[in-house]
Amino acid sequence: MYPRTDTAFLRGMTQSRSVTRRDALRLGGLSAAGLALAACGVEGKKVAPPARDAVAEYWASKKKTGTLRFANWPLYIDKEGKKYPSLEMFTADTGIKVTYQEAIQDVGTFFGKIQPLLAAGNDIGYDLMVLTNGFQLNRAIALGYLVPLDHSKLPNFAANATSAVKDPTWDPDNAHTIPWTVGVTGIAYNPKYVDEVKSIADLWNPKYKGKVGMMLDTQEVANFGMFALGIDPDASTEADWKKAGAKLTEQRDAGLVRKYYENDYVDALARGDIWITMAWSGDIFQQVAEGKDLRFVVPEEGGTIWTDNMCIPKTAQNPVDALTLMDYVYQPKIATMLVEYINYITPVSSARELVLADADKATGEKKASLKQIAESPLIFPSEADLAKLRSYKTLNPAQEKVFQDIFQPITQG
Amino acid sequence: MKRLTPYLLILPGGLWLVIFLVVPMVFMASVSLQEGDSLNGFVQTFNVGIYGDVLSQYRTQFLRSAEYGLIGTLISIALAYPMAYWIAFKGGERKSTYLLLVLLPFFVSFVLRTVSWKFLLADDGMVLGPLKSAGLLPEDFHVLQTTAAVIGGLVYNYLPFMILPIYVALERVDPRVIEAAQDLYAARRQAFTRIVLPLSLPGVFAGVLMTFVPMTADYVNASILGGPDNTMIGNIIQVEYLTNGDYPTAAALSFALMAAMLIGIFAYARALGTENVLEAAAR
Repeated sequence: MYPRTDTAFLRGMTQSRSVTRRDALRLGGLSAAGLALAACGVEGKKVAPPARDAVAEYWASKKKTGTLRFANWPLYIDKEGKKYPSLEMFTADTGIKVTYQEAIQDVGTFFGKIQPLLAAGNDIGYDLMVLTNGFQLNRAIALGYLVPLDHSKLPNFAANATSAVKDPTWDPDNAHTIPWTVGVTGIAYNPKYVDEVKSIADLWNPKYKGKVGMMLDTQEVANFGMFALGIDPDASTEADWKKAGAKLTEQRDAGLVRKYYENDYVDALARGDIWITMAWSGDIFQQVAEGKDLRFVVPEEGGTIWTDNMCIPKTAQNPVDALTLMDYVYQPKIATMLVEYINYITPVSSARELVLADADKATGEKKASLKQIAESPLIFPSEADLAKLRSYKTLNPAQEKVFQDIFQPITQG
Repeated sequence: MKRLTPYLLILPGGLWLVIFLVVPMVFMASVSLQEGDSLNGFVQTFNVGIYGDVLSQYRTQFLRSAEYGLIGTLISIALAYPMAYWIAFKGGERKSTYLLLVLLPFFVSFVLRTVSWKFLLADDGMVLGPLKSAGLLPEDFHVLQTTAAVIGGLVYNYLPFMILPIYVALERVDPRVIEAAQDLYAARRQAFTRIVLPLSLPGVFAGVLMTFVPMTADYVNASILGGPDNTMIGNIIQVEYLTNGDYPTAAALSFALMAAMLIGIFAYARALGTENVLEAAAR
């Protein structure tokens, strides 16, 4: 293709393409203009939320194939040596073979990779993936990149999912996603250097100058800036963001913040480079289970709850198999196998009794660690804890721009 | 046929560059002049103003990247020149072994090498820990998340790119011209400043090209070793592209960076006084 003479290319570059909902839902469809659009990173149009008939229309012709390609985050499934017991059980029960890949290290990077493929209607190499709620997931839903779920095939989800994970603000009625795990962003600290922490104000405590870790993700720091000021992120406005931005800038300019971290805050905390930091619950639980003396608290002003969601890309080759797995993991038995390894909050709360039952059967160290899991408020949080937790605010593109312009200069100064 | 041969020789490489360099650059230039957002699509509006906007919005990061690139390059020259000199003139039989040693770090992944610094230089790690307990360093002293750590990481990762071209230039210096200089009563130092150094400058120039450009555009070192005030322009481009999905801004930033570096390099070539220095470096 030579850009100057290829008219489809020129059209793609110069005209916005109007796409009807029908077009967008004709999932396999692929046109030359679509290719050109994808090639230069321009996406298609926003689509309306799927109607009921869209679900039927999509699933009508889909058949089980017996294979499934699953993209997930590292350390996010039960593992014994090189085997995944829960997936093996799945294969034994359903006859579906799973290729499991730890392909997602970071939502932004992963979404950056799959977006051009989805825009062009090409296979991304996975039938099931796990995306955190936030900018990218909102974008994926709005652009019609995710398959509308057929809830008649998700009976275990309906029966066993906790009410807290149903009908989330970013995906009403779980139309496109159901949770894999849930996590909490709170404060972790090293009691060797830091007195007991209850309040988010400790992240602003001058005693810990240069030893405070904050997160690079703007949605994460923004929420903490707002909690510190007593603002509820769900109800926040642009004026609130500016106030939160000022509060966070003050913390940064005072030299309190050592670094705005990604996943690497865990190592920094474990090594003693930082003493107190924003942290994800499961990470700290795993560190404690390995014998590190660290604490995790949900500050009294509030903490952030986030969800890693299973979803099916619109170009999936084996969607029925993907849907089967999505429901399969909502059996309490399987959810228990998963939570005992993953150590984040399971969306199946009845798993707790099963973990306790496993603990009764186990002996020694294994027994203690299972007991610890069942009793941990980080994995099975209390109602009081849950009441303090808020999501990221769901933003439209215009709001997102304003939001990023306020918070990005703080974390990426 | 004979007349066609040169063209046939350039064809594979030329095609490669056109397909994988020129075409994407045309795309990128076009994307940088679009407006819109990731949901509603981008429309070509030839909004040239975006270049002014991104340059003023990210001025700090641009200047900081240039500063780090410059300091890193100067440190690299200071470290690389004596080393290349030693290998070229005193390396003797084992020259190739020494060169292999210089290249050895490349056998380990770039990211892994940088991450290993975090363990080495942790606040209470194996280097700083003992020094602190011995009272040689104050308790709150740290290396990670400082400008020094970022520049150090840059130099560490790109040093071989400086050593190799300087080595090649020095290696080519005919020992007889040095002898001739000495026969003409040049002191050793004079022989170096008037003969060896000028002859090796094309190597230094090539080394500068190969270190300054990637150092300035680097984002790994700043994100792994840097702190809140060490964000480089590469980090901004990454966030604009991957997190914000703001392709026009990311593309405009990349183009502005490329243009600034090209101007810088040509100014430098000119300042060096040899307009043919590019040609010399390629020789």
